[in-house]
Amino acid sequence: MKFLCVACDRQMLFEERQLPGDGTLAAAFKCPACGRVVALLTNPMETQLVASLGVVIGGRTVPAQPLETVRGMVATGRDDAFTDNGQRKTENAPMWSPEAQERLQRVPSFVRGMVKKVYTDYARQHGIPEITPAVMDTARAELGLEAM
Amino acid sequence: MSLNLRTYHELAGADRSGLPEQIAAQRRRVTERLAGVGRLIAVMSGKGGVGKSFVTAHLARALARAGRAVGVLDADLNGPTMPRLLGVDHSPLPTPDGAIEPAIGVDGVKCMSMDLLLQDGAPLTFRGPQAESFVWRGALEAAALREFLGDVAWGALDMLLLDLPPGIQRFHELGDLLATPPPVLTVTIPTPESRDAVRRAMRAASDRSAPLLGVVENMVDGHFTGTAGADLAAEFSVPLLARIPWHPTPDTWDQLAQQLGSSA
Repeated sequence: MKFLCVACDRQMLFEERQLPGDGTLAAAFKCPACGRVVALLTNPMETQLVASLGVVIGGRTVPAQPLETVRGMVATGRDDAFTDNGQRKTENAPMWSPEAQERLQRVPSFVRGMVKKVYTDYARQHGIPEITPAVMDTARAELGLEAM
Repeated sequence: MSLNLRTYHELAGADRSGLPEQIAAQRRRVTERLAGVGRLIAVMSGKGGVGKSFVTAHLARALARAGRAVGVLDADLNGPTMPRLLGVDHSPLPTPDGAIEPAIGVDGVKCMSMDLLLQDGAPLTFRGPQAESFVWRGALEAAALREFLGDVAWGALDMLLLDLPPGIQRFHELGDLLATPPPVLTVTIPTPESRDAVRRAMRAASDRSAPLLGVVENMVDGHFTGTAGADLAAEFSVPLLARIPWHPTPDTWDQLAQQLGSSA
């Protein structure tokens, strides 16, 4: 999928992605010549199709996690399918606020370990010492984690 | 008014969406993960109920007994059976950085299967809008197959067997995910009905230039009559590698393993 600014006959460039949280997606593209901006708006089914491909419009800011699509999308996964044993312990891991921990507990355990790692990596990369629900919301929007 | 629009392919520049780069990274991840695999073989049929998974599991075990490092990827996402056939329990899979460790079955066969991830007795159900789910369900299953290939720490293997479900859809997905379509081992039962269905699958594989390694005729000398194995072998000029009786012995599988080795 590409966008063409007809007036300028130039390919438009990705500018910004937004995930309102209702299953829809908005991606803005801008003409490099005239500055005109258009937005691609997808319905939940179309958003799901994009997510099914394992890609994030606008690019990833964190590497893909192992079995990311399976763990994020399978609704009937067993709670004890994975163990975090073997994950390398790291220094200076950010703290989790009680509210954020509570929210993390609501994530199905099938995918919880992966979700926790994604948010932890995000906080570490941004120098955030404590993960709060607000940080989770920001990370979720920035990283395009519609399914998390 | 008719606009003079350029076409998709005429817009050759990058648009900062990052999509081509991500797709390329996915392919690269699969390639790199399978770099330690000597041979990749798709076990397919095109016909359900001919014993593909049964043959795959026992072939893998025979190869392992012969000293080969073997893995089985259960590509039947909706009807996975490989863990039971390989005696794999449902212990949690370790998740070291960057990969999932496969389960280990009898004779040391490595195994990855959707069965290891699903609740007991639950169907494979995806989150998301259920209306028009046919649009995205196939893409999600292909993504699962890609992740089983690229995100599982298969390590160094002499052979990775891909146990495909009935039909040819999963084979086409494999052909898209891998640099080249994998060699195919075909399983049939003796009946003409099976022959007709399996013929289509072999034709599909041949049309994609996948090497056809040979035919295994399963469930012979029993209730089923016919010559499907010999017919298909002759039609496609491939060896009839084995005729598996109703009650095979370990020797049956050892011989198939040897035959497969000599057909490379």
